[in-house]
Amino acid sequence: MTTKYAETEQRQAAVKHVGRPVDRVDGRAKTTGEARYAAEHRHPGMAHAALVHATVARGRIESLDTEAARAVPGVIEVLTHENAPPMKPAPKRSLLNLSSLASGTTVSYLGTDEVHWNGQPVAVVVAETPEAARHAATLVRVTYRELPAVVDFAAEEPNAVQQKGSMIQPAGGDKGDAAVALAAAPVSVDLRFTTPPHHHNAIEPHATVAVWDGDHLTVHESTQHIAWLRRHLALRFGIPERAIRVLSPYVGGGFGGKYAVWAGTLLAVLAARATARPVRLALTREAVHRTVGARTPTVQRVALGADAGGDLTALIHTSVAMTSRIGGMPEGVVSPSRHLYDAATIHLRQRLVRLDLLANTSMRAPGDSVGSFALESAMDELACELGMDPVELRMRNEPARNPMDGKPFSHRMLREAYEVGAERFGWRERDPGAGSMRDGRWLVGMGVATAYHPSMVMPAAVTVRMDAGGEVVVRCALQEIGVGAATVQAQIAADELGVPLEAVRVEIGDSELPEGPGAGGSAQTASGAEGVLAACRKLKESALALARRSPDSPLRGRRLDDLEARDGGLHHGGDGETYAAILARAGRDHLEAGGRTGMLKFLARALNDRRRWVKAACGAHFCEVRVDQDTGEVRVSRWLGVFDIGRVINAKTAAAQLRGGIVMGIGMALSEASQVDPRTGRIMNPSLAEYHVPVHADVPPIDVQWLDVPDPTMPLGLLGIGEVGITGVAAAVANAVRHATGKRVADLPITLDKLL
Amino acid sequence: MRVNGAVESLDVQPWVSLLDALRDRLGVTGPKKGCDQGACGACTVLADGVRINACLALAVQYDGREITTVEGLASGEELHPLQAAFIRHDGLQCGYCTPGQLCSAVAMLAEHRAGMPSAVTERSGELTEAEIRERMSGNLCRCGAYNGIVDAIRDVAAQEAR
Repeated sequence: MTTKYAETEQRQAAVKHVGRPVDRVDGRAKTTGEARYAAEHRHPGMAHAALVHATVARGRIESLDTEAARAVPGVIEVLTHENAPPMKPAPKRSLLNLSSLASGTTVSYLGTDEVHWNGQPVAVVVAETPEAARHAATLVRVTYRELPAVVDFAAEEPNAVQQKGSMIQPAGGDKGDAAVALAAAPVSVDLRFTTPPHHHNAIEPHATVAVWDGDHLTVHESTQHIAWLRRHLALRFGIPERAIRVLSPYVGGGFGGKYAVWAGTLLAVLAARATARPVRLALTREAVHRTVGARTPTVQRVALGADAGGDLTALIHTSVAMTSRIGGMPEGVVSPSRHLYDAATIHLRQRLVRLDLLANTSMRAPGDSVGSFALESAMDELACELGMDPVELRMRNEPARNPMDGKPFSHRMLREAYEVGAERFGWRERDPGAGSMRDGRWLVGMGVATAYHPSMVMPAAVTVRMDAGGEVVVRCALQEIGVGAATVQAQIAADELGVPLEAVRVEIGDSELPEGPGAGGSAQTASGAEGVLAACRKLKESALALARRSPDSPLRGRRLDDLEARDGGLHHGGDGETYAAILARAGRDHLEAGGRTGMLKFLARALNDRRRWVKAACGAHFCEVRVDQDTGEVRVSRWLGVFDIGRVINAKTAAAQLRGGIVMGIGMALSEASQVDPRTGRIMNPSLAEYHVPVHADVPPIDVQWLDVPDPTMPLGLLGIGEVGITGVAAAVANAVRHATGKRVADLPITLDKLL
Repeated sequence: MRVNGAVESLDVQPWVSLLDALRDRLGVTGPKKGCDQGACGACTVLADGVRINACLALAVQYDGREITTVEGLASGEELHPLQAAFIRHDGLQCGYCTPGQLCSAVAMLAEHRAGMPSAVTERSGELTEAEIRERMSGNLCRCGAYNGIVDAIRDVAAQEAR
């Protein structure tokens, strides 16, 4: 346990706001229509852009006919590779400059006649109205010289190559000889799983409003990473970062899809430069599917061997996923198998195929969401083979230390989560026989699965300012994608300073603010919290230093660690002073403090931390489904998730995040799949009418509970909650369906054709 | 056309959708564009009190009609009971589907009061959770705030019943 957070722990004895179900500070703005999203910013003279997408997977543009498009009244310009101003190439990827990971693809949009995927933008129409731009875009005629393309993931599987590991993420590993152990195991299962590509489908499509003023650029954008976006734009357009302002106060959902920088953003900025007009490019839903990466499809094998008592003797988990010839993120698909079970032998491998498709990208719990589906389904099947309760099987194999390398867990209360959950869900009432529970025409099934997601902290610069009137302003360029970013940091600052919640205002969503972490990796709240804690401490030190200068101050001779921040000031027992009194005596109208962690220091600390600990949020999902005996229709009827997520800052927003992950997981289990035409590489269902996300009727009341025990190594003890909720969900559904019907569906989504 | 009580005069081409007229011509950006094809419900507004997808409506069809958007639900500073309930029950996350959910909920409660049945309506006609979920299924929420939305609507319906 590090001392820093142990101290924090004690000070938290006086918490007032952290942990409470505080209403969102932006609830009013979001329910009245006052909140403005990227596409809703208007500038004088603003023009509108629309994209023309390539219709072949790979090739060269032979000819472009823009005459008809140009003839549409209101069309200002049609940009193609023949006339667009150049952009600088995408930067080489480097872990020392994490923002280099911001490139969605390596393509020079409108800088080449090469087509790299079916859907790549090959022209941009700029017009006076959005209607004219969209209509004209349909009139651009492009001919291609097609080149052979590799677009069929399933067919390409035999050609997969070994994935390279990195410092942050190993791609494989062995403990003992799992193949031998599997062959010798008295009980075993060996299953093949497939998962399709998934699209984030945030309800707000990506949008950019770009405004050039000389060499100064303002961008209204829907982004999960303001700092990366600004750095990336500076690189691509050859201007200094300080000449760019990115504004992103409200983001209409992200889920990973707005983390990297995609074509639409760059082309809006390019079009604005080329036409010397402010340009809005609001992607259509189809354009989101065509130009923003998705979650990779996977093929996985999980083989488990156990002795007759259920102790795992072998765990084999291998995967094939995709990247693209133009980028893409190799996923850590087998990651859950590194951490979940104390198997005597383990064999892990990840392989990749490279396709001529749009680069894949991270989507809520990359790796862990799809990997947990396979591992946790296989565990359930093993429980069936053993005739053992699936909760008991998991608890038998619950490791005391990280299975692959023996590192200690900073914190792990999965056993408690299952105990609490089994009791609360009524797990003991489950008749283990397949198809044994019925309710009229419905076959009832109950399934469990483990949730697991690694925790981390990214650098965040935060300033805190307090004025003589007691108003506190916390400033950090965080992104509000729905998590309650400003709300939770206000709660933390109010407690740290001992001031009322109403006195704290948190400014976010603007690159002029101190640089924040991205909203990703379940790390934004912890990262912001670390910055807020540090800045608040410095501010209190400044206040104390001012007080100690005066012989009259009751704080004279005191150390900050002996004091309690409460009632708008610093106190020691009955003695103390308000900040207002300290400031007034010193003749100051405000105090301000802040700090930032440099990237090198951050990396050094992160690596050191990784050497010492394995840290993660985890949980136990309990699911009940009803399957129609004749049609195979699956309805999720009950859900309980019990989570070990460290300290919870806001009971209301935390519950929402966890539920949101579960809802997305239900979609993954039962309905979501992007269909790629294996001949042309074209996505066939690029719309919300054909890509089915869960609707109200698909989602039962979801009971979420947490153990609320702080992690000793994380800021304020919080482990991050944005992604853990979705992990394990698809498996819990599949396991419940197996219980209801006796059928193991290993290919997502579990549609009724697979049950008939 | 009256928008949230104010008379608005617009000269638009016949192909301009009601949604684009509101958002781009009038600056009424509460109604959101999520799909532009009637699949997500983010653009839901009330036309003479009836919920419609503004992206599937042409502005010229609504000449002289009364349009209410999320901006028109509150009375001055005082929030509509559903708006307050959405905040209290956390029936929102990113906020982008929220205006559509709210307008849809307002009209849905009115439809139920008027005795309009849904696919799951039982003899009692009670506004059950299943009823609310069925009747709200045209409004997608990718953040998954569905439980909070249903709780908020039930809360307001119970208040109205008292």
